[in-house]
Amino acid sequence: MRRIHNSPLIQGILTPLGQIAIFILGSGAVLSAFMLLMAVIFSNSPANLMCLDKNGISLMEYTLRNLPQVLTDGVTLGFVYAAIALGYTMVYGVLEFINFAHSEIFALGAFVGVETLIVLQNSGKLAAASTLGAYGWMVLAILAGMAAAGATAVLVERVAYRPLRGAPRLVPFISAIGVSFFLQDAIRLVESLTTGQFHRIIPSFANFDQRIPIMRSSLGGVPFSLDLEVKSLWVVAAAVLMLVGLNYLVNTTKIGKAIRSVAQSRDSASLMGINVNLIISLTFLIGGSLGGAAGVLYALKFTRIDPYVGFFPGLKAFTAAVMGGIGNITGAMLGGMVLGMLETFAGAYLSVYTMGAFGAEYKDILAFAILILMLIFRPAGLLGEQVAQKA
Amino acid sequence: MTETKKNPLAALIDVTKAWLTRGKTPYIFIAIYVALATVLVYLSPRSVPAFLMLLSSALFLYYLPTSFKFKIAVGLILALVVMPVIGVRNIFYLEVIFQISVFAALALGLNIVVGFAGLLNLGYVAFYAVGAYLWAFFGSQQIYLLNEIPGTAPTGTPFFLPASSFYLFLFLGMGVAALVGFLLGLPVLRVRGDYLAIVTLGFGEVIRVLANNLDKPLNLTNGPQGITPIQRPPLPAGLLVTLRSIMTPVVGRSVTDNEFYNLFFYILALLIIVMVIVVVNRLDDSKIGRAWMAVREDELAAAAMGVPVVKTKLLAFIIGASFAGVMGVLFAASRTFVSPESFNFMQSIGVLTMVILGGLGSIPGVIVGAAVVVVLNLQVLQGLSLWLSALRQSDAVIPIINFAWKNLSNQLDPAKYQRLLFGVILILMMIYRQTGLIPAERRKRAAEIIEIENDIKNNGNGHPADASPAGEV
Repeated sequence: MRRIHNSPLIQGILTPLGQIAIFILGSGAVLSAFMLLMAVIFSNSPANLMCLDKNGISLMEYTLRNLPQVLTDGVTLGFVYAAIALGYTMVYGVLEFINFAHSEIFALGAFVGVETLIVLQNSGKLAAASTLGAYGWMVLAILAGMAAAGATAVLVERVAYRPLRGAPRLVPFISAIGVSFFLQDAIRLVESLTTGQFHRIIPSFANFDQRIPIMRSSLGGVPFSLDLEVKSLWVVAAAVLMLVGLNYLVNTTKIGKAIRSVAQSRDSASLMGINVNLIISLTFLIGGSLGGAAGVLYALKFTRIDPYVGFFPGLKAFTAAVMGGIGNITGAMLGGMVLGMLETFAGAYLSVYTMGAFGAEYKDILAFAILILMLIFRPAGLLGEQVAQKA
Repeated sequence: MTETKKNPLAALIDVTKAWLTRGKTPYIFIAIYVALATVLVYLSPRSVPAFLMLLSSALFLYYLPTSFKFKIAVGLILALVVMPVIGVRNIFYLEVIFQISVFAALALGLNIVVGFAGLLNLGYVAFYAVGAYLWAFFGSQQIYLLNEIPGTAPTGTPFFLPASSFYLFLFLGMGVAALVGFLLGLPVLRVRGDYLAIVTLGFGEVIRVLANNLDKPLNLTNGPQGITPIQRPPLPAGLLVTLRSIMTPVVGRSVTDNEFYNLFFYILALLIIVMVIVVVNRLDDSKIGRAWMAVREDELAAAAMGVPVVKTKLLAFIIGASFAGVMGVLFAASRTFVSPESFNFMQSIGVLTMVILGGLGSIPGVIVGAAVVVVLNLQVLQGLSLWLSALRQSDAVIPIINFAWKNLSNQLDPAKYQRLLFGVILILMMIYRQTGLIPAERRKRAAEIIEIENDIKNNGNGHPADASPAGEV
C-alpha cells in the first residue's frame, strides 16, 4: 500500500491532476452557488427590472444562461494565471525574492511565439498545413516562446540578480523593477524597428477560432447553449500538461529534490554537494519557460499583444501565488484557478448586478483587493504554512 | 594615503580640490562660474550645455566651503532672479525648471518613505493623484456636472469655488492625502517590505482605475477625458504690473500672464521644497528620525528596543503622502487639466528612479537625481528625437552599411523610451552604486564599515589594524 502511494506515477502525475480537478470543481461550484444565491436575493430589486428591460430575461435566467460560458472562460483564464504564478512561486521558493520582471518574461514569450507564427504565415506554411500540421506549428511556436523566455530569465538572473545576492531584500527587488521596465521597452524597440508598429496580432489559422458546441438545451422555454473554442481547449490542455510535468519534475526526480533542498537551505544544500548556482539558474529556466508558454497561450486566447501586455497578468498571477501561499506550487495552481474564476465572474456579472454603475473594468481592482486582504489576514496564503519572517 | 599609487587624473583632481577649497577662492570661483553660465544661457537661450552649466552651479554652491550666508544669497539670486529671467526668455527652460522643482518635491517626499523609513512605496503617485483630483473636482465646474455624460458640459456653467480657495486647498490636499495614507498604511504596514511594495503598487493602480471609471454612476472624475478647466489662483494685479515693468526690458518683450503663472507655480514648488527640506532636516536627527533608521535597518531589533514599529512606519508613510498631496493640488492648478494618465505606474517608478539615482536618504542627492532624470527626459531624449527626425528628413546615409536615415522607422523616437532609461538607471545603480550619486552621510558610513569588514574577510587574518587604511578613503 505504502509503495503504491509513493510511486512516481501517483505522486508526480495523479495527485496534481486530482488537485487541479478539485480546484476547478471547488471554485466553480462555490462561485456558481454564490451567483445563484445573489440572483435569488436580487430577484425583487430594480436590477432585475433593468435586466428584464435590457435583455428581455430575468436576472436569474441571465445568470443561469451565462453560467456555463463563464465557468469555461474562468477555467481557461485560471490556467493561464496558474502557469504564470508558478514562475513567481518557484523563484520565491528558492531565493525568497519577488521576480518583478517575470511579467515581461511572459510578454517576451508571447512575442517570440507570435513572431514565429507570423514568419510561418508569411512563408505560406500555415495556410498549406493540414489541421494536424497546424497543431504541430502551434506546438513549435509554444516551444520557441518557452525557449526564448527561459533563456532570458536565466540571463536576467545572471546579470541583474546574482551580483546582488545577499544584499538587503529591497535591492534585488528594485533591480528587478529596472529589468521589467528595460525589457518592456527593449521588446518595443525590436518590434517597432522591424515593422513600425509595436503590437502584434496572432495569425488566425487552422480551426483555433472554431467553436465546438458542447451543449444545446433550453431553460424555461428559452434555448441556451455552451460553446468551447478550440483555442480554449488548447490553453487548458497545454497548461495541464505543464503543471503536471512541473509537479512530476519537482516532486519525483533528482533535480526536483535538489531544487527543494536549495529552497530549504542554500548553505546545507551546498554542503551536500548540490551546485546551488546551477539549481537557481535552472529554477529561473523552468519558471521563465513556463511563463513564456503561458505568454503564447495568452496570445492565442486574447489575440492582440503589446510590450506592456505582461503587467496586469503578471500582477494577477503574483496575487494568485500569494493567495495560494507563495513558494508553494500546489498553492499557485489553486490561486490561479480561484482568481481566474473570480475575475471572469466579476467581468460577466458585476455590470448587470450593479445596474451598469460598476462595469467589468472593476475586475482589475478585485484582484488587488484580494491581494491586500490576503496579505493582511492570511499572509501565508490559503495553503501556505505559517513561517517565521526572516529579516 | 601616500602608499597608494595615483593616476595623473586623480592627482589633478586633488590639486584642483585643494586650490578650490582654500581661502577666498571658492567665493570668487562661484561668482565667476554663475556669472559666466548666466551670460552664456542669456546669450544663447537654446544651448543645452550652457543650461547644464547653470544647473551645475548649484552643486558647486553646495559643496564648496563658503559661508552659509553667501550660499543662501547666491542660491536666492539663482532661484529667484536668474532662473525666472532665463525661463521667460526660453519657455522650454521654464518647463524644465518647473518639472525639476515639482519632481524634486515629490522625490523628497518619497525619500522620507523609502530613504528614511525603508518602505518601498510603488504607488506614490496615488497620493499625488488624490491631491490633484481634490482641487480638480472643487476648483472646476465638475460639481455641477455630476449627472452629465463626460464631454457634454453645458456652456456657462459657473465654477463652484472662487479661485483663491486654491491656497486653502494646498493644506486640504495635504490633509486628505495624509488621511488616505493613514487609511492605507494602517492595515498594510504590517506586511513585509517587498510585499508592501506590491500592495502599494496595487493601490496606485486602484486609484488610477477609479479615476478612469468614476464617471458613472456619478460623474466625479470625468473618466479618461479628465477634468478641465481647473482654476488657477488669481495673481495680484498690482504686483503683476510692477513685475512686468521690471522684466520687460530684461527679457526683451512683454511677459504674458501664462508665463507669470508658470513662474508663480515654480516659486510655489520651490517654497514647498524648502519646507520639505526643513521638515526632513529637523526630523532626521530627532527621535523619530532615529526610530525610522532603526526600523529600516532591523525591524525586529528596533521593536525589541521599544520602538513602536507600525506607528513609526505609519508616520513616515503619512508625511510622505501629505507632501505628494500638496504637489498634486499644485500640479492640477498649474496644468489646469488632470487625467488618469498623469498618474500611472511609470510616474511612480520615475520618482523612485530619482530617489535611487540621487541617493536614498540624501537630500542634495534626491534633488540632483530629480534634476538629472528630468533633464535626461526633457532635454537629452527629446534632443535625440529631434536630431533623429532631422536626419530622417535629410538624404544622409550611414556610410559603411549603406543605410539611408530616411528608412529609419519613425517608431524609433527616443522620447518614447523613458522606461528603458528608468530601467537601465535602476539596474546600474543597484549593481554598482546602491548609495546613489550623492550618498547620505549615514549610508556612506555604513558602506565604509561594510568595506572594512570585507577587507578583513579578504585578508583572512582578521586584524582590524590591517584594514584601517581603507577606512580613511
